[in-house]
Amino acid sequence: MPFTQRHLLGLEGLPADEILHVLDTAKSFVEISEREIKKVPTLRGKTVINLFYESSTRTRTSFEIAAKRLSADTINISATTSSAQKGETLADTARNLEAMRPDAIVVRHPSSGAPHLLARAVSRPVINAGDGQHEHPTQGLLDLFTIREKKGRIAGLDVAIVGDILHSRVARSNLFGLRALGAKVRLVGPPTLLPEEFASFGVAVHHDLKTGIAGADVIMMLRIQRERQGANFFPSLDEYSRLFGLDRAALAGAKPDVVILHPGPMNRGVEISSEVADGPYSLILDQVTNGVAVRMALLYLLAARGRTEAEREAEEREAS
Amino acid sequence: MTTDGAIVIEGGRLIDPAAGIDAPRDLLLEDGKVRAVDGPGALHSASAARRIDARGCWIVPGLIDLHCHLREPGYEYKETVATGTAAAVAGGFTALACMANTNPVNDSAAVTRFILERAAEAARARVYPIGALSQGLAGERLAEIGEMRAAGIVAVSDDGKPVADAGLMRHALEYCAMFGIPIVDHAEDPGLAGGSMHEGRTSIRLGLRGIPAAAEEVIVSRDIALAELTGGRLHIAHASTRGTVDLVRAAKARGVRVTAEATPHHFTLTDEAVAEYDGNAKMNPPLRGADDCEALRAGLADGTIDVIATDHAPHHRDEKEVEFENAAFGIVGLETALPLSLRLVEERVLMPSDWVRRLSTKPAEILGVPGGTLQPGAIADVTVVSPAAEWRVEASALRSKSKNSPFLGWTMKGRALFTLVGGRVVYEGAGR
Repeated sequence: MPFTQRHLLGLEGLPADEILHVLDTAKSFVEISEREIKKVPTLRGKTVINLFYESSTRTRTSFEIAAKRLSADTINISATTSSAQKGETLADTARNLEAMRPDAIVVRHPSSGAPHLLARAVSRPVINAGDGQHEHPTQGLLDLFTIREKKGRIAGLDVAIVGDILHSRVARSNLFGLRALGAKVRLVGPPTLLPEEFASFGVAVHHDLKTGIAGADVIMMLRIQRERQGANFFPSLDEYSRLFGLDRAALAGAKPDVVILHPGPMNRGVEISSEVADGPYSLILDQVTNGVAVRMALLYLLAARGRTEAEREAEEREAS
Repeated sequence: MTTDGAIVIEGGRLIDPAAGIDAPRDLLLEDGKVRAVDGPGALHSASAARRIDARGCWIVPGLIDLHCHLREPGYEYKETVATGTAAAVAGGFTALACMANTNPVNDSAAVTRFILERAAEAARARVYPIGALSQGLAGERLAEIGEMRAAGIVAVSDDGKPVADAGLMRHALEYCAMFGIPIVDHAEDPGLAGGSMHEGRTSIRLGLRGIPAAAEEVIVSRDIALAELTGGRLHIAHASTRGTVDLVRAAKARGVRVTAEATPHHFTLTDEAVAEYDGNAKMNPPLRGADDCEALRAGLADGTIDVIATDHAPHHRDEKEVEFENAAFGIVGLETALPLSLRLVEERVLMPSDWVRRLSTKPAEILGVPGGTLQPGAIADVTVVSPAAEWRVEASALRSKSKNSPFLGWTMKGRALFTLVGGRVVYEGAGR
């Protein structure tokens, strides 16, 4: 099954067989990172631009390492150094970058839909590295990969996603990806951060942590952002932690072989206790390791093909 | 408006609910007035400088847009009085009321006079300025409404911004009653605002902050109570939710002096039109759910909603081709309102005479301006509508300076064939 997408903007609507194709491709790349010489020539001569309008250590580094291990040249542009500060619009920045003939553009942006705007403005493949509160598809894919590696499957698993669902791009990508692959998904959080409309996406909505994670195979904890407190989504981090923080006592109702994921960065002692984060069920560092392989797979699937199309177009232009 | 001699419009179906007419009639216009309305062929021997063949067409009193933004002064890169009224007459409108959120704000007689001077120089349609309710639209102190009224405003509104302070709204309603002009109410609770689309399944899917229906309904409810308290005239701008329709219906039943308008986009599209972050589907109030759409249609059918208005809000491409949450609110509507509202006739939501009421008779009545009827002696503002003409909405063909429409590429049915203001042809369309 080929990967037919021109861009990766989100997991919503991505067919199950294409998701599985990415995961299978990623699996074949895992081994490269275990070698003494962690480099293959797959994307030699290709250029990948990491365009980050929002600070990120984990995701940007992961993309950069992924590109470098495939021998692509990478350029990192962050909002503080970009022309965004001089008032240039995203669309103009995109067109200017495209004029330099990159083979893929990886973008993180605080506004939902910014990668869609970018994808409309350029013909190069655009990879969404997190847009506002919309999606973070590579995080979703690496979570799927990690769960599948550990559990051997996705279909039929009971997955609880806990926390600030409303503002979480990780939650949305996982929700769409997990549903596409046949997992049962429950969302858990206070009603202020988990509106009932989420139920229309074929998931169960819980406002109680204990019942929300009872019998779960997988628990995915989300980072709670401190600024939500000021906006009255909940009264205090302490109260949030008491109601929705995952510690060993709260874990008792889950399956004995439950695994715990967290996209990071963690607020230890708030949404997750250190004993859980560092405990035997935790896959949190596996997620980070797998992130590199998943991003290598996507760069390979999108950038390699993007270049041949571009070359063909250029040839056609020259011929005509 | 000067006249170029008498005009006879013949062979058409005249729809004038104020006169109780929906029948084949011919029309004689002279000296800027309707001179005669007579049976088919009866004006055959009347001498006229021009005879307009209206066979297959509706002859209706000129359409009046109660709510648009002409952007002049201050935002001439979006629209001007000249381009906005050119769009208006191409869309069948002979008069429009323009909102006060210009730069400077129309909160003084000087700005009102400036707009009217620009209209006298450059407008193809009649222009009626709406004055600001509060100074600088800041929602704090009343603007000099009496001065602006003397200069020619027909209503007051802080449109674009809500009046957050109930005390200010109360006094505005009381004060405006002295001049007999309505307050056009942009109903939006500031504490519930701040989103960029309707709050619902689609906003959740797209990860966009929503504006709940309650943001509108809370203020509609408050202002109906204040209209009841003061006896003032309240006109609800761009009603967008089922709750608003219900509140207005109940208030009217109690005898409150409240009227309401709905826009073609709100009764035609739902929030799903935002699709993949289409900036041309972003406006305030936002496109709502299918149930709200249905309620607006029912409200238009039973008269709860008096008026169809465009909320024509031109914006430059650069203000739309940005991240969705940063895109400007609003779409152009003057050139698409006629066919979009005719769909309601085709779908039997509205009778043709109701359609004329919502687009001409009622807006004239609410604003207290001439027009809205074609009885002898009325001003000769006429729209000749070809209800069957099909055409495609192309950005390049729009007269408006801005092209921010979610209807680009749509095939429309119905268009203005002739638009006459003061007995003069100001627009002549091609193709029936």
